[in-house]
Parts: sequence; structure tokens; C-alpha cells
Amino acid sequence: MKVKARISRRSFLGSGLAGTVAASVIGERPAEAAQDFQGYPDAMGVIVDLTRCVGCRSCEAACNKEQKLPQPAEPFNDYSVFDHTHHGQKRRTDETRYTVVNKYELPEIDHPLFRKIQCNHCNEPACLTSCFVNAYTKTPEGAVIYNPKVCVGCRTCMVACPFYIPAFRYSSAFHARIMKCIFCYDTRLKYGKPPACVEACPQEALTFGKRRELLDLAHHRIRENPGRYVDYVYGEHEVGGTSWMYLSGVDFDKVGMDMHLPKEPILKFVKDFLAIVPMVLTIWPALFAGIHLLATRKDTGTAEGNDENGEG
Amino acid sequence: MKHIISDVPAIPIVSHEKPDGSRWTIREKLLLGLSPSEYRAQFIRNPVNWLLICIFAVGIPIIIQRYLFGLASVTHASNDYPWGLFLGFGLFGMVPLSASGFMLGTTVEVFGRKDFHPIERLALLNGLLGYFFAVVYLEVDLGMPWRLPYPMFVSLGPAAVLFLVAWHVATYLSVQIAELVPAFCEWYGWLKGKRFIRSIILGLTIAGIILSTLHQGALGALFTYAPGKVHPLWYSDAFQWIHFFCSSIFAGLSMLIVASTLCKYFMRWRCDERFLDSVDRLTLGLGKGCAYAMITYLVIKIVAVAHDNEYAYLLTGWGQYYLLELGIGVVLPMFLFAYGVKHARVGLVRFAAVISALGIIWNRINTALIAFNWDLYQEIPHWKEVWITITIYSLYFITYRFILYRLPILYEWKGAK
Repeated sequence: MKVKARISRRSFLGSGLAGTVAASVIGERPAEAAQDFQGYPDAMGVIVDLTRCVGCRSCEAACNKEQKLPQPAEPFNDYSVFDHTHHGQKRRTDETRYTVVNKYELPEIDHPLFRKIQCNHCNEPACLTSCFVNAYTKTPEGAVIYNPKVCVGCRTCMVACPFYIPAFRYSSAFHARIMKCIFCYDTRLKYGKPPACVEACPQEALTFGKRRELLDLAHHRIRENPGRYVDYVYGEHEVGGTSWMYLSGVDFDKVGMDMHLPKEPILKFVKDFLAIVPMVLTIWPALFAGIHLLATRKDTGTAEGNDENGEG
Repeated sequence: MKHIISDVPAIPIVSHEKPDGSRWTIREKLLLGLSPSEYRAQFIRNPVNWLLICIFAVGIPIIIQRYLFGLASVTHASNDYPWGLFLGFGLFGMVPLSASGFMLGTTVEVFGRKDFHPIERLALLNGLLGYFFAVVYLEVDLGMPWRLPYPMFVSLGPAAVLFLVAWHVATYLSVQIAELVPAFCEWYGWLKGKRFIRSIILGLTIAGIILSTLHQGALGALFTYAPGKVHPLWYSDAFQWIHFFCSSIFAGLSMLIVASTLCKYFMRWRCDERFLDSVDRLTLGLGKGCAYAMITYLVIKIVAVAHDNEYAYLLTGWGQYYLLELGIGVVLPMFLFAYGVKHARVGLVRFAAVISALGIIWNRINTALIAFNWDLYQEIPHWKEVWITITIYSLYFITYRFILYRLPILYEWKGAK
């Protein structure tokens, strides 16, 4: 039923004015279903346990192979890449890599920490809701996939993504497209298999499963290992919840994760404006036609001729 | 300036008939009644053209490079700053400056202020070209420019703000073309078309108001997709759209004052008495509108700071930069407008219009680039990106001038209308 609610909500938003009018006429309340989308019930996800990651970059290598991405300049066993920065920022996803591991050295801990980044596959993705050609799809399996055949290359999804994940293939004039992690949807997730990076992880830092069950698992780990984890599951509520979630032994902002993200989906911030649209469309014609009638009083009889002569 | 166009003090074409009674051909009309060699001579005589040639000599090869080798060859190809100058200036800056079309359309056709007639067509042209070139900038920036019609016909994402922008800019472009068809019809001598447009002008104008309200606002609303990325002072999830819409009002009027001033001083030969006699008075009228729009804008900007309780930010460096933008871009021209209008100082109003037009570009670039990713790092555009931006703007300037030289925008067509 929840899936159905989701669909009616999408089409509710999608059909815009017509949807609004229809909804008010029919008297149903699709808005109620639209309140909070908690994600597809059987969506899969991954827990990234930062306390287990050793920064071996196996996941990067596996992703590169699985997604047939270009071979990088430095091999995947070269750990000097952790020191690469761009404008003072650590490495991020770009057109050659869908996932990246970064190293964080904290003074209070005697060993470095590592964090893997990739698309978090939001329940209510900002990239999807901002796309004006519907190039993105959130599949019931939990993946946020992208269709390069309809993409225009406006890059609003990159502006909208709160995690700075989608990258653009700027290097090509004729084969430009968005490049982002798709949860290995085409080759693995669709068939119930875990993504390549998860399978490659030698440390079991990545755990694949149903998102709902993973949440239980994450809280279970926190409970069972007092002192090992910060009592927080990153991604449980961030921007409406994500399929990929993180556990950490230190405060999340110390390993470069944004703790100021809203708990609501990004779409919530846009809705104020979307609500204005049908109002302007319906009220403005009446308002301005009315003002016109009030402002240009015509003297009976002679008015039409004068009006015509007035222009030039 | 007449000497630049022609050595002989001939009367520019204002009707279908030559002084000797025969009719101008379209070719002669296009050449402004000059022979091709005279036309070439006047082109070379004008120093502005030499500057334009220099800009194009470098700019056009760079644009070709962009289309052959991708955006990375001319920009910094930033994944953190997906939108650069092409959109920051070209889309977000050009569109508010082009609000003049619907403003003056409304003034004349809806409010019935026929006294603004002499400047209405200039406002419409300013609007049409501004929008058109915003789309040109977009075509430079889009990764797959050949798919521009996709959001209209191929794959629709109607719940997205950009969908609204795309549709509204496209429909509004057609509305503005329709609104300028009468000028073309007079010049071309096809009066049927003009009469048809006259019969639907009120509908067109009201459509223009609706579309403008929504897409000016939608450009602001685009930033509500990035609530954490834009600095809180430049961001407001409740008011972003109305900030953009309200500021477009004085932006469009200011740009119209700037354009009419340039026409008055540098294209005097093309203006008729009606335009020259009324332009100062109308400038004061437009300046008054600007002052009203600006005080409204200033108040709603302050309301936004209060609404989100962002006073603490005002004390930071960002806050000072924000206050600087509001102070120079809004408060200063607002007072200049008010003083200039009250004491009928047209020069002062024109000066205020220049500041306010630049101020709005500053605001849009601040929102899209400077205050964007405010806690990340600052992206400085590649020089080629800057040059392309200037090249497209020069193209805009040439097109603008080409049309003003010919169509009855600044003068009234003599004879059958």
C-alpha cells in the first residue's frame, strides 16, 4: 500500500495544476499520503561502519571495474592519493570514480580513520525531484538510477544534491552526461545481489541488506558495543533518510560529514514555491483583467474609436 | 552620432516611400538606404565596432572549442560549482534585467497609461532580446544543448522548478515576439499581422504578467534546492521566489532607463521628436517606479533575515558583504531615485539606474556563485569562461543595435500603420 501511496503522491505533484484541481473536485486527500514518504518498504541499503574501514581502497577498485570507469593515473594500491586535495577539499566523486575513500587523522586517536563516499541513495532524492526531464528514478530496490538518454545537462541535480555526489562528464562535448553511483543496479541490485564495493570489502565494513533491517542492525551494534560507536546512525533521518547509512566511532563532522543537513527531504524547501504556482496562474488573470477594467473607464459610445487611435 | 552612420545628412528611413516618391525595397531598408560601400564605410568608421571585432576574434574560436572539446576546455569544470558565469550572469542576471517588457506592457495596456507609449516598444525589445540571449547563454552552458526541447516534448518532469522556468521562458519568448510583431509589420508593410496582434494584446499582456511572475520567481526558487549550500543571508526558503520577482521589477525598469539613455545620446538620429521630447519625463516616471519597488524589496529582504532569525550572521564577514551589497546595490540607488524624481534631476535618475542594474547582477552572481558553497571554497571562473560571457553579450549588443537601427522602436512609422 505504501508503494501505492508513493505513486499517487508522485503523480499528484507531477500533474501540477490539473492534479490540484482534480484533487479538490474529487474530494480525496492525496496530500495526506504525501506527508511523509519513508522509503520503499523493501528498499535495500548498506551500512558503512567507519570503525571497521582500513582504507584499502578495494571498494574503489571494484567499483571502477564493475562500472567500466577509466583507469586512474595512480593504481588502487597507491595510498598517497589520500593526500590529494582540490581547493583544500579532500577527494570527491567525479567523472572517473563513483566512490572515493578519504583519510582523516584526528589528534585524539592514534590511527587514521577512513570514510567511503558514494551516492547515499536517498529515500526522497533531491536530484530526482529537481530534474526537469525525469532522468532519475528511485527504484523499489532502493537505487537512484539515471537515464543519460533524456538528460539535457543542466546540472541542477548537482546543485540540489546535499552530499555533492553527482558529477558531470565535462571532458566530452558529444558524450557529456551525469556520472554517479547507481548502486550497481543494472548488473547486481536488480538481481538481488550486493553492489561490487560491498562484495569487495575485506573488512566487512560494508553490510548490505534491507534498509529496515539494517537500521535495527545499526542500533543493535551501537547498543551491544558501548564506547565503540557514537550513538547516531547517519542517514537514518538525513534529508528524509538514505539507503546508505553510516556508523562511526567519532563525531561524524570530524570525518567530514555534514551534520547540519535538514531532516526533511530537500523537496520540502521547494514546496512553498510550488504551491504558489497554481495560485498565480488562476488569480493573476482575474486580478489584472479587473484592474484593466477599473483603470480604463470608457465613456459610453465614443470609447472604442478613441482607444484604437491611442496606440501607435 | 549621425556622422557615424552617414556622411550625408539624409533622413533615415521612416516610411515606405523614398523622397522621390518610389518605394524602398527590403534590401534598401536593411542597408538603411545606404549603398553597400557606404554601409561598409560607416561600419568601419564606428570605433565600437572595432572593439566588438576584437572581442569576437578571440571569443568565437573559444566558443567553437567549447562545442568541439566540451565544457572542460573552457571552464574549470567544477563538480562543486555546477553553475558558473554562463548561468550566474547570463541566465540569473539577464532575465531580471529583461523584466522591462512585461512591466511596460502592463503599464500601457493594462493600466491604460498611454503616456508611456513612446518607450513601450523599447521595453518590449529589451525584454525579448534579454530573454533570447539568456537562452543563448543556456545553450552554451547545457551539457547537451541539442536536447533543449526535451523538457517540452520528450521527457517531462513537471514537478521540478526548472520545468516551470523552461516552459515559461519559452512561452514568454513567443508572447514577446508577438508583442513586437506590430513593429516588424509596419516596417515590412504587412498590416494584417499587426491588426491581429492588436486584437489580442490584452490577453498577451496578462499572459506576460503571469509568466513573468512565475519564472522570475522560479529562478529564485531554484536555489531552494540547495538550502545548505547558499549562505543563509542570500537564502530564504519562504521568500526566495518573491525576492527574485520583486527585484526584477526595478531591475527591468533600470535597464530600460539605461537603454533609453544610450539611445538618446548615441542613437539620436534614429529617435523621433516624440521619443526625444518624452524620454526625460518618462525616465522620471520609471525612476519613481524603481524607488517604490526598491523600498518594497528592501523591506522583504529584512523580513527574510528576521523570519529565519539570521541577525547573528550580519556580524560576520559574510554579513558585512551582504550589507555592502544591499547598501550599494539597493539603498544608494533607492535614495538617488527618490531624490532625482522629487527634484526632477533626470541625470541623477539615470545614474541611479546604472547602479541598480549593476547591483542586481551583483546580487544574482552573489547568490549563484559567491555565496554558493560559502563554507567550501571560492571558485574563480576561467578566463575563457569570462571571455565567452562577454562575447555572447556583445552578440546581444549587436542584435539590439541592428534592430533599433531599423524597426520603428524609437520612432513612429510614417504612413499606413
